[in-house]
Amino acid sequence: MSAPPYVRLYKPKVRMLWWLSRRSYTLFVLRELSSVFVAWTVVYLLLLVRAVGRGPAEYQRFLDWSASPWLVALNVISLAFVLLHAITFVNLTPQAVVVKVRGRWIPGRLLAGSIYVTWLLVSAFLIWLVVG
Amino acid sequence: MPDQITMRVARYRPEQEDTPTFDEYDVPLRKDWAVLDGLNYIKDELDGTLSYRWSCRMGICGSCGATVNGEPKLTCATFLTDYAPGPVRIEPLANFPIIRDLVVELTDFMHKLGKVRPWIIRDEEQTVEEGEYLQTPAELEEYKQFSMCINCMLCYSACPVYGLDPEFLGPAAIALAQRYNLDSRDEGADERLTVLSQPEGVWGCTYVGECSRACPKGVDPAGAIQRYKLTAATAAVKSLLMPWGRR
Repeated sequence: MSAPPYVRLYKPKVRMLWWLSRRSYTLFVLRELSSVFVAWTVVYLLLLVRAVGRGPAEYQRFLDWSASPWLVALNVISLAFVLLHAITFVNLTPQAVVVKVRGRWIPGRLLAGSIYVTWLLVSAFLIWLVVG
Repeated sequence: MPDQITMRVARYRPEQEDTPTFDEYDVPLRKDWAVLDGLNYIKDELDGTLSYRWSCRMGICGSCGATVNGEPKLTCATFLTDYAPGPVRIEPLANFPIIRDLVVELTDFMHKLGKVRPWIIRDEEQTVEEGEYLQTPAELEEYKQFSMCINCMLCYSACPVYGLDPEFLGPAAIALAQRYNLDSRDEGADERLTVLSQPEGVWGCTYVGECSRACPKGVDPAGAIQRYKLTAATAAVKSLLMPWGRR
């Protein structure tokens, strides 16, 4: 629907660096960017699985490649972004999922908290599996 | 506390300038004065040509939204003392075309609001003799927070998605659609699904979350949108598995 014809409207333009104007906007853009690093992490894990499947020599080559400084740097950055992605995703859950038990709302913090606890337990199990 | 504060107010006079400029006014700084009181003082005492919207002065009508020091605010609920010693910058709500000074064009929102059909829809209306549609307190609680929306447009002003893509249905329209979808008396959810599940409906939202932070009435439009994404996704899966069934 167009504006009444008697009006000469001024239409403000969005600045290219609009996302630097507020902390929450910057965090949002970083979160969107994190998807690229999540995708890389998936590719990296698939490469790991492929190397394991091809035997010890290929696995050793994968480990040597993974130890190269540029890849370590990339993976450290990726870890930071994957954590940002995961944490913002968990924090969003209570807004997207409303749970009622016996007619009572489950508080958002409890819902998010239970996901964090599950995350912690699964991580602990995986660490035990690898190290223990 | 100083006894005056400078208000830098954005001016846009389409008959004499192509882009907005700022005018400065010194207004009394009083403990009980909101930004709107400052604007009214300018209008009454300093410059009668200043244009802005206002009505109730008590955070109900949603007319007096403006950008105060970069943040979308109701000017009647934002106190000048919080910005002392000043200056305090007053601009129109962001993301909207400007008609004059602080007055923005809201036709786009009004059009979108109509599209989500924000009223109670019934398959068959009860007659008056059959009585009113009864509702329990628990059923009221399901949608009550979304009914608090006063259409003040602060959420649209805070939403960068709407700024970048004006086709986006926007936070308030979706929250108001949810207000009726979650109402036990309503049977119009299927009709709204078509509009809400479009790419420029709920899927346009990338969850910045600023709409909920900006809302002066404690409505959570971001929550409404994320909840509806689940509803829309479930409906899409259902219609894929059971194309012959009702959505």
